[in-house]
Amino acid sequence: MSDVLIETRDLRKTFKIPIRQPTKPGLRDRARWTRKEGVSSAEPPTVPPTEQPQAPNKFLAGLRKEYRDLEVLKGISTTVRKGEVVVVIGPSGGGKSTFLRCINRLTEPTSGEVYFEGQLITSEEKGKGAGATDINEIRSHMGMVFQSFNLFMHLTAKRNIMLALEKVRHKTPQEAEVRAMEALNQVGLSEKADSYPGELSGGQQQRVAIARALAMDPKVMLFDEPTSALDPELIGEVLDVMKKLAASGMTMIIVTHEMGFAREVADRILFIDQGVISEEGDPDSFFTNPKNERTKQFLKRMLTERAEAVVVPGEN
Amino acid sequence: MDPTSLALAVGAPQTFDLLDHLDLFLTPLIYTVLIAVFSIGLGFGLGLLAGLSRVSKNRLVRLPATVYVDVIRGTPLLVQLFLWYFGSAAVFGVLPDPLVAGILAVGFHSGAYQAEIVRGGINSIPRGQDEAARAVGMTQLQAMRFVIVPQAMRLILPPLSNEFVIVIKDSSLASVIAVTEITYTAYLLVGTYFQPFEILIFAAILYLILTYTTAFLMRRLERRFRIPGYGEH
Repeated sequence: MSDVLIETRDLRKTFKIPIRQPTKPGLRDRARWTRKEGVSSAEPPTVPPTEQPQAPNKFLAGLRKEYRDLEVLKGISTTVRKGEVVVVIGPSGGGKSTFLRCINRLTEPTSGEVYFEGQLITSEEKGKGAGATDINEIRSHMGMVFQSFNLFMHLTAKRNIMLALEKVRHKTPQEAEVRAMEALNQVGLSEKADSYPGELSGGQQQRVAIARALAMDPKVMLFDEPTSALDPELIGEVLDVMKKLAASGMTMIIVTHEMGFAREVADRILFIDQGVISEEGDPDSFFTNPKNERTKQFLKRMLTERAEAVVVPGEN
Repeated sequence: MDPTSLALAVGAPQTFDLLDHLDLFLTPLIYTVLIAVFSIGLGFGLGLLAGLSRVSKNRLVRLPATVYVDVIRGTPLLVQLFLWYFGSAAVFGVLPDPLVAGILAVGFHSGAYQAEIVRGGINSIPRGQDEAARAVGMTQLQAMRFVIVPQAMRLILPPLSNEFVIVIKDSSLASVIAVTEITYTAYLLVGTYFQPFEILIFAAILYLILTYTTAFLMRRLERRFRIPGYGEH
């Protein structure tokens, strides 16, 4: 019980997507938007706006807005233990990234709960009282690595790492610099300390981003497709850093499309598809003996793409 | 000596050699520079405040800034100048110092445009920068201050230098409330000696020197704050 680091209970996320209505004829009728909540995504987006009784918009009579609900997460419940490496895979648009972003509330879940070290962090209460969540404090204990690196473009690699140490952890510049250099060393980039992100390759930028997260001594690292934006020849260096990190006992939740890496590094695989965990298990049984039909199809597709990508020299 | 008393003293109209009286433009030049510098300063402060307010998530913060920008941009500076000048006379019972009224009018006017420049700059910083800042535990305010604004500032330098040049030229409108700046003086001299061509050309050259210097300094600033490896393709 006590070694559970993160628990999510019935995590749901619904995005409201505005639907543009075709302009109706008539000079006075300028309604192109109509407000209608709770339409499921299964319904066609062209429901005539006149069918729903609705209050006209307070400010612009006749201007209404219709939303289509896009249910991206339909109840994700799982636990992550300390030191566990969980790899999340699944088809695009299935909700993997949204799930990851809901854990540190970079995306606010619509409903459901997230517990971090036994503390509910999705509570509505604000401020510092009991039961309230200081989400900034919580986030500073969860490192996050993005698909597009998101290094601060105006700061050198070292300063990228120092910024949060100084402003969030309130370390002195000297302490922050020492810690930044340690972190850069950990990802093998200490010689690039004074380079700006724009002067680094994608792989180097992502390693600096990992160092930036590591320097905060996070209790868990969240990776959101860390190698998807990289040139193929740069993927390896980032995966190597992550493998070392996993071996060092860091708790990690990784969204990725790198199947070989997933199999090698994961303690557990979560297959998220259409907003639910449709299959989960240890990597060996997951990859060799998937039970779910969609999992089988997905894995088959991933493996064939891989095979096609390999061009054997001399063959035509 | 101001142009009118000079004209009376020398018994105008008679031939007037501008080159002998360049010093007549010294005080006006200082006045123009004063309006420009203080208006740019005031406008920058207001622009930063209003621009940041306009990207706020809070409606109540956004609203006043939006009203300010829309009202100022939607009315002529000339009208605003009269309003500041005669308006404060109506409110306080005395005519204000024209220079002060001029600085306020031009400054508040420029502030609205600078607010839009600031807003544009902030909006063009990729969302990921803010997300990365929040993900390491920074507050919204810290993310703004240490990540978004420093990057936006660099982006807005070119449009800002454009705006500064416009302010210098707009300061000439303060002549309508009798600020003895370059245009006002040129106007007086033209009216006295009927030699519009050389006098106005000379006034134009003075403006050109001011605007060119400003543009030059802003380009140096741009170069100084350029981020290596970023935005130079």
